[in-house]
Amino acid sequence: MPLLSVDELTVTFTARGRRDVRAVSGVSFSVDQGEVVGLVGESGCGKSVTSLALMGLLPKRGVTVGGRAEFDGTDLFGLGDAKLREMRGSQLAMIFQDPLSSLNPVVPIGVQVTEILSRHRGLKGEAARKEAAHLLDRVGIPDPRRRLKEYPHQLSGGMRQRALIAMAVACAPRLLIADEPTTALDVTIQAQILELLKELVDEEGTALLMITHDLGVVAGLCDQVNVLYAGKTVESAGRRELFASPTHPYANGLLGSIPRLDAPRGEPLRPVRGSINDQIAWADGCAFAPRCDHYTLECLQGTPELTEPRTPGHQVRCVNPVLSPVGAGDVAVIEAPHIVTGLETGLETGPETGPEAGPGTEQPAPGAVTAVAAAAPATGEPSGEAGTVPTVEPAGKPAPGADVTTAGGAAPRTVTQARDGEEPGGEPAAPSAAGEEPTEAGS
Amino acid sequence: MSTKTDKIDRLAELTAQTETSTGHSLAYEAFRRLRASKMAVIGACIIAVFVVLAVLGPWIAPYSPTAQAWRGEVLPAQSVFVGPRGENWLGLDHLGRDEFSRMLVGARQTLLVGVVSTLLGFTVGCLIGVGAGAAATLGGRLGRRIDTVVMRFIDMLLALPSLLLAVSVAAVLGQSLTTVMIAVGVVQIPIFARLLRGAMLAQGGSDYVLASQALGVRKRRIVLGHIVPNSLSPVIVQATLSLATAIIEAAALSYLGLGNPDAAVPEWGVMLAQAQRFFDAAPMLAVYPSVGIIITALGFTLLGEAMREALDPKLRS
Amino acid sequence: MLRLVVRRLLQLIPTLLGLSVLLFLWLHKLPGGPAAAMLGERATAADRIRIERALGLDQPLWVQYGRFLKRLGELDLGTSTQTGQPVWEEFVQRFPATVELSVFAMLLAIAVGIPLGYFAARRRGGWLDVSAVSGSLLGICIPVFFLAFILKAIFAVNLGWFPSFGRQTTGLNATEVTGFYVLDGLLTGELDAAWDALVHLVLPAMALASIPLAIIVRMTRASVLEVLGEDYVRTAESKGLHRRVVRGRHVLRNALLPVVTVIGLLTGSLLSGAVLTESVFAFGGIGSFLRTAIDARDYPVLVGFIMFIALAYVVLNLLVDLAYNLIDPRVRVH
Repeated sequence: MPLLSVDELTVTFTARGRRDVRAVSGVSFSVDQGEVVGLVGESGCGKSVTSLALMGLLPKRGVTVGGRAEFDGTDLFGLGDAKLREMRGSQLAMIFQDPLSSLNPVVPIGVQVTEILSRHRGLKGEAARKEAAHLLDRVGIPDPRRRLKEYPHQLSGGMRQRALIAMAVACAPRLLIADEPTTALDVTIQAQILELLKELVDEEGTALLMITHDLGVVAGLCDQVNVLYAGKTVESAGRRELFASPTHPYANGLLGSIPRLDAPRGEPLRPVRGSINDQIAWADGCAFAPRCDHYTLECLQGTPELTEPRTPGHQVRCVNPVLSPVGAGDVAVIEAPHIVTGLETGLETGPETGPEAGPGTEQPAPGAVTAVAAAAPATGEPSGEAGTVPTVEPAGKPAPGADVTTAGGAAPRTVTQARDGEEPGGEPAAPSAAGEEPTEAGS
Repeated sequence: MSTKTDKIDRLAELTAQTETSTGHSLAYEAFRRLRASKMAVIGACIIAVFVVLAVLGPWIAPYSPTAQAWRGEVLPAQSVFVGPRGENWLGLDHLGRDEFSRMLVGARQTLLVGVVSTLLGFTVGCLIGVGAGAAATLGGRLGRRIDTVVMRFIDMLLALPSLLLAVSVAAVLGQSLTTVMIAVGVVQIPIFARLLRGAMLAQGGSDYVLASQALGVRKRRIVLGHIVPNSLSPVIVQATLSLATAIIEAAALSYLGLGNPDAAVPEWGVMLAQAQRFFDAAPMLAVYPSVGIIITALGFTLLGEAMREALDPKLRS
Repeated sequence: MLRLVVRRLLQLIPTLLGLSVLLFLWLHKLPGGPAAAMLGERATAADRIRIERALGLDQPLWVQYGRFLKRLGELDLGTSTQTGQPVWEEFVQRFPATVELSVFAMLLAIAVGIPLGYFAARRRGGWLDVSAVSGSLLGICIPVFFLAFILKAIFAVNLGWFPSFGRQTTGLNATEVTGFYVLDGLLTGELDAAWDALVHLVLPAMALASIPLAIIVRMTRASVLEVLGEDYVRTAESKGLHRRVVRGRHVLRNALLPVVTVIGLLTGSLLSGAVLTESVFAFGGIGSFLRTAIDARDYPVLVGFIMFIALAYVVLNLLVDLAYNLIDPRVRVH
């Protein structure tokens, strides 16, 4: 049984005189003991709200939380205030995005650490201070005794985040929720913080729910990834599976939007167009349709269901999933050493710091990432898998990307460019290599 | 088939919406929220009624505010007063004049005191504020010196209790309505100056000012074209709130015997000051002008507070 | 900390000097000049010439200013034209009454205002919030002296619950130690005297407290609302702390910072209100005295009072700054 299982979580914000806003509309996932699960998506997709709902930190008024969340057999949403307070900080703990604003500016760090120790572990006075110093030391804050007396503004950004982590792990919680813990930090500090988190997770067997928009973080840390869009899970898979074959057009676009160092000069970047649009609700059809390159009329026939079009356990909520031919990955395997820039941090810190990181585990990661490129040709290829490549009458699209229908026009915006497609030489060799990668990763 | 085209249209519409942002100008956004605010609407209504009365008062008043038409019916010394009745809706004052007519005519004086003194404080305060703010943001080291000296002076004015400042002005200028206006206006000067300067300093540190400087925009244009317009909203809010305080402050000065001694032009503050002598026998004579002052001040306060909320960037959704 | 105090004290000097220049010029601009100001309006021509010579008004302005400053420095504020007593002595005698009233009013405003503002914010949109907000808006708009009249008419004259004037029931021979009657009563153990003084304080203090109360309520409410939305409060909640810890240590402690500043500034402005309130209740403090001084154009008293108030104001500001320094580590000097 998973440690945390979230089933059809919905969060609705209601305000008088305004339209209800459904920030989360049916998110399901589970986290096992010691597992790192990622919730990925752009701002506004509901990932932070999901975490706050699990912690019971959403405001009571104007917010309706639906669905179920079971933590070790207890229903989190059915708990009374006292019991919930008892669990928060001791069983479930959270690390927030902005370490400066998340620390009380007028209370010394020491008090902010000891207060949780005295609350849940009954430590008082010198014993609490000693333990607090030990915690600060453990998260890599030098000279912890002095730091205890200091105020948040006297610490550097990375130091503050370490202090927050120290508070979160103070009572050895079984589940740690990290809401974009590295977003507000410099890249070098980001890597250190991720490393620290990984270390803590590995040593304590704490489960970690990682909320992020940074695919690099996901690649480096997560075992299982859930991609959220407009409050719904659109794709859920193991890390390697997802990076090897992103199947929902949104996930596919996300991975394709990362700039590549090995792309030819002058190659345009390929953003996922537009932004989350709350004009279309999931009830009307797929909320991603207005931004999607592959939409068809079926997209608007009610909410798409989660299906497993590719491999068991790899769930996708799309009627026109991006199913590349199994062998497409091989092109990328050839190019494996050229890593995508955005993923470097995550990749490098990830496997190195993990205790089990050996050559065996290290290898699939780069392969998995570059497979992004491999997965792509199919999306732009009009002939190969014609059945799955969605086409829409040009009349319906006044937007800049109006020429999706023609293969040539699609190429620059879909995940991989014509260059990859033009190298058919790689294809025969591919199936074995690329086909095995995800499986190996999954085991 | 038609449903199909409908759906395509809808999709197209949605796609188009994704591309265009739905932004409105700041002022429009603030005005929209102001109109939705109950406080603002009530405040604006009170002010509208008050202004109409102030303008039309002398014409719609049933009697002359100065004619002691019923002199014989009122004996203040014996505590004989005449309360509301058919011909005098609010009764008679201590000299046998129609209280209702005096209230109507007095509205104009009260508004005049409020508006003139606030305008005085606003204008002078803003001039000082703009000067100091401009000097501090773009004037270099000399500018900052000038700013420091000017603000020291302003702080000094702020240290004076408003009432005493008013008394001092009254002592020099003698007792008149002008004195009250100047006294109340002078008290507002440091408030406006500080507020505008503070807002300008905040704007002056922002990136768009740096960008304009980098582009070689003239300093005068940066100040007048960019910094000042962006700093005005707190000042305008303050001006609305100041109208309320000015009216109350003027009443207090009148109460202290510094108001207009001219009986020909009734003014709520003076009426209140005179009525307090007969408070035990005819409390209503003090209540009418007081209620007038309170409601009017409330109107300006409500509108001012609503404006503050509407313009607060933190509350913007 | 000490360096800060010294620096701030030094900064006071130019402010006070500037103020003295203003006052000096003001005295010269008065109708009749300083001589009339000294003598009052009933002075004869002969008196005036005598006093002008005595004051050295025939000498250059800067010399005159020097003398003026010297006298200020020696606390020689002249003689009240109403009572014939030195202004300084009049002040010393009346000072405790005003301070007692102001302190009591401020304590009342704080004791009621902060909890009211806090609970209004906690239950935003509830009946308490709506009435606190509308009450405070109304409170700002009611002229203090009118409120004083109404309170007096209802609670003193009609209901007879409180005395309608004075600081003490006449004929109650209470021992005077500090001049603060409530304190005196407690010090000497004359509890009935303390109670009597307290009862006399209630109505004036209520009237005087109205505006500070309204402002403190609004300020606290706004501040608490802002802090409740802060990330660190969410962090505190995420640690599962007890509700009272979250509210005391994390919400209130931050929310009260701006309120402290406002309280300091309001205390300075209380003195204006005291003039109006004291005169309604014939309270016998500096306020009442000033009221009559205004009426009688008693300029030495006015000048002395302005200097005194300005000094009190800047000192209060200094205290607020120092208090802020103590409670907000972010502005603390190291």
